[in-house]
Amino acid sequence: MTDVGEVITRVHHAEWARLVATLTRRLGDLDVAEEMAAEAFASAVERWPVDGVPPNPGAWLTTTAYRRAVDRLRREVRREEKHREALMLFDPPEPLGAIDDGRLRLVFTCCHPALAVEARVALTLRMVGGLTVPEIARAFLVEEGAMGRRITRAKSKIKAARIPFGVPLREDIPGRISGVLAVLYLIFNEGYLTSNSATEPVRADLTAEAIRLTRLVRELMPDDGEATGLLALMLLTEARRAARVSATGDLVTLGEQDRGAWDRGLIAEGHALVRARLATGQAPGRYQILAAINAVHTDVPDIRDTDWSQIVALYDQLARRDPSPIVRLNRAVAVAELDGPQVALAEIDQLPLAGYHAFHATRAELLRRLGRSEQAQAAYDRAVELAGNSAEAAYLVRRRDQLSGAS
Amino acid sequence: MAQYLMSVLDEKGGRATAEEMAAIDVFNEKLQADGNWVFAGGLASPGSATVVDGRDGEPVFTDGPYLESKEHIIGFWIVEAPHLDVALRLAAQGSKSCNRRVELRPFLSE
Repeated sequence: MTDVGEVITRVHHAEWARLVATLTRRLGDLDVAEEMAAEAFASAVERWPVDGVPPNPGAWLTTTAYRRAVDRLRREVRREEKHREALMLFDPPEPLGAIDDGRLRLVFTCCHPALAVEARVALTLRMVGGLTVPEIARAFLVEEGAMGRRITRAKSKIKAARIPFGVPLREDIPGRISGVLAVLYLIFNEGYLTSNSATEPVRADLTAEAIRLTRLVRELMPDDGEATGLLALMLLTEARRAARVSATGDLVTLGEQDRGAWDRGLIAEGHALVRARLATGQAPGRYQILAAINAVHTDVPDIRDTDWSQIVALYDQLARRDPSPIVRLNRAVAVAELDGPQVALAEIDQLPLAGYHAFHATRAELLRRLGRSEQAQAAYDRAVELAGNSAEAAYLVRRRDQLSGAS
Repeated sequence: MAQYLMSVLDEKGGRATAEEMAAIDVFNEKLQADGNWVFAGGLASPGSATVVDGRDGEPVFTDGPYLESKEHIIGFWIVEAPHLDVALRLAAQGSKSCNRRVELRPFLSE
């Protein structure tokens, strides 16, 4: 029994997106495709423990889902006349694997820029990731009904506005790919450092799902450097997950982390991807540069061995592409290591980031190192007020309280 | 093929300038040449509107627009496109030509 359960989980991971994509193409309707895919898996849960796992689970699921769709449409003959006709035009299900790019179409549809960002995230997790609506609702701490409506509304818009189930127009491709990667990164970040204070600080289920989806997208677009860069960035970040929150729920900063607890396998894989991108000689995009920065950090057994000049150089490269204040803030953290806290403080004091907790946390650390305790305390206070993540807030409170103890 | 309404949103309260009109003409010609054209028109100011309620007995006429708003529709295109990606491209070109934002909305198709 358990064995079959495990097989079904594995097949679900491997086949869900392909199944939804194939059915969407055949049935011309994402909504029906999703429902039939879910029903096919429900049948598998019922049948496989009794009949055994079929030799080709993917084909079994497609056939089952397709039959159900036909049955259902027959039952709704009058209302669905058009669909019935459309169905008649299609051939019987072809074996899976012949139309792999269906999954890529699915990804582009779910991440379409005409949909609200939160709808893109939810749809991607549902249609490509195969998470259920309650699972997605839990992940984002949204009430289940509300999440269901969000997804339903997005599906209705796809249908009514005719968002295509296809690869974007040639001139739209670069923007659309970065839109897809942004959705994946958003899912990862929500898992890695959730902005919501009412939840666990790090959510391995979401980071794992983001990585799985990014692996898929990279597999579908092997020539896109940024897809590879994003995967490397996620792996090198995920590798530090276990060391990142203490037993008492505090955030542990990079310098204080037990580097022995880092996942060497993920680091090796991330480094290999970064090296592979470097070897192409192509100008790196944002994710590739961020991955390279993380590769430098994860390259040394002790923070004191960190190559800070390399990190500052990478941030300079990033700032040329993306001159945002947040990039300059992160750059200043490396500058503090290279040129001292005074130089870094002068750089960040000009940044328009008064509403961002990390700005105040960084200022607090720099002021502390300069011995300006009172100002540091005020900056910690502000950072705690603005921090949404529980582990981050706990860490900041601890740092602030150390300061008052010392003074 | 699906049809979409592209409404031109105006907050300046002015009519199109000669330059904008010229750009709109170029865009209209392109729509016609590419087979996306259905219809287009400019609208007089919202102050010229009359709300009519003929549902019950003698019709009731009310002066002025139905909604007072900062932004109102001063013109529109109806275009035909195979799907939203093409319609979005057209809307972007239309917006550029008339130098205003446009709202893109599909017609009901079934």
